[in-house]
Amino acid sequence: MKIILTAISPSIDSNIDGRFGRGAYFIVVDPATLEWQAHPNPGVGASGGAGTLAAQFAANQYASTVISGDFGPNAYNALHTAGIAMYLFGTSTTIKEAIESFKAGKLEHVSTPTGQGHHPRG
Amino acid sequence: MKITIASGKGGTGKTMVATSLALTLAAVTPKQPPLLLDCDVEAPNAHLFLHPAVTEQQNVSLLIPSVDEAKCTHCGKCAEVCQYHAIAVLGQKTLVFPQLCHGCGSCTALCPEKAITELPEKMGIIERGPAVAGISFARGVLDVGEPMAVPIIRQLKRWARPAPGQVVLYDAPPGTSCPVVETVRGSDYLLLVTEPTPFGLHDLRLAVQVAGELGIPAGVIINRENGPYPALDEFCADNSLPVLLRIPFERAIAEGVAQGKTLVEIHPEYVEHFHRMFTQITRLI
Repeated sequence: MKIILTAISPSIDSNIDGRFGRGAYFIVVDPATLEWQAHPNPGVGASGGAGTLAAQFAANQYASTVISGDFGPNAYNALHTAGIAMYLFGTSTTIKEAIESFKAGKLEHVSTPTGQGHHPRG
Repeated sequence: MKITIASGKGGTGKTMVATSLALTLAAVTPKQPPLLLDCDVEAPNAHLFLHPAVTEQQNVSLLIPSVDEAKCTHCGKCAEVCQYHAIAVLGQKTLVFPQLCHGCGSCTALCPEKAITELPEKMGIIERGPAVAGISFARGVLDVGEPMAVPIIRQLKRWARPAPGQVVLYDAPPGTSCPVVETVRGSDYLLLVTEPTPFGLHDLRLAVQVAGELGIPAGVIINRENGPYPALDEFCADNSLPVLLRIPFERAIAEGVAQGKTLVEIHPEYVEHFHRMFTQITRLI
């Protein structure tokens, strides 16, 4: 099982980054073994479509779950289509805390976009 | 000859100048009145001064990809080439996000399975027809809520072409981003309407940079002049920008414009001023 979390620095010891499409790094973790890899978010500097790009990344990683602070309508639709579950960080401030809360079933499951989205084409 | 009337700052009097210049040229060259294109497609209003009768109209559409899932192998090429991340391959489903699509056609062209077709999605219209004094008039109108003005302006300029020898006036939108650049592109001269305030000067600086980037000669019209404002004259002098016309801050002008009258209708002597300015521009090009 692979889960992806958005982080401000490229480590499992990082604090969370509340933005999904514009988060600085993706931490890809196996929650059972805590084996992890960090990837810079390719969409940080995108002029638009950062949410769909991030969702594409998650799908390419065959992630089962994404944990972040916000899922706009495009990201939500893309992740939902890919069959990837979405959870919110809630009160977690670090990646490790978020993983523990996820494993304990304490994170809120997302079943509708949590934001308005940001940048249409322009 | 093609002249764009722009400003940077909104509300400086671009449309008043463009329509007054159009009426001036129609008066001095009645055999061939000019063509005026209202390129401020988000809020076009030159028609309120020139009263065109629209005789032709066209839709402007973006071509949005549509994926045939029966042919799609989910190879991911389309998502990889899309600069706007408007298409994503998510497991066994390829999803298009029309709101992000710029209609560039890369995904369609590069799909190895030919699984993508393009469907037009309307984003606005262009229309044209004769206006007062024999002026040829055309404008674009972006649908409310549509984010991209450039395709409308591009198609408007392609569609509404001048007759041989006919002067074209492009009434530009405010600002200095893509829609302005698209309007100005290909012009012989850029007429920048400003006002003697820190705001007018600030945005004039930006507009002058656009002219510089595009390599188009520019001159300035100072509107609502109300006593000296040396910073503006110094800026124009330092940047070799000729001040082609000064329009005073005057109640009669404000009242007339508010009633939908152009400057040459409010003060007919402005036909001479505008004509002199036009002659000066032809010498500067």
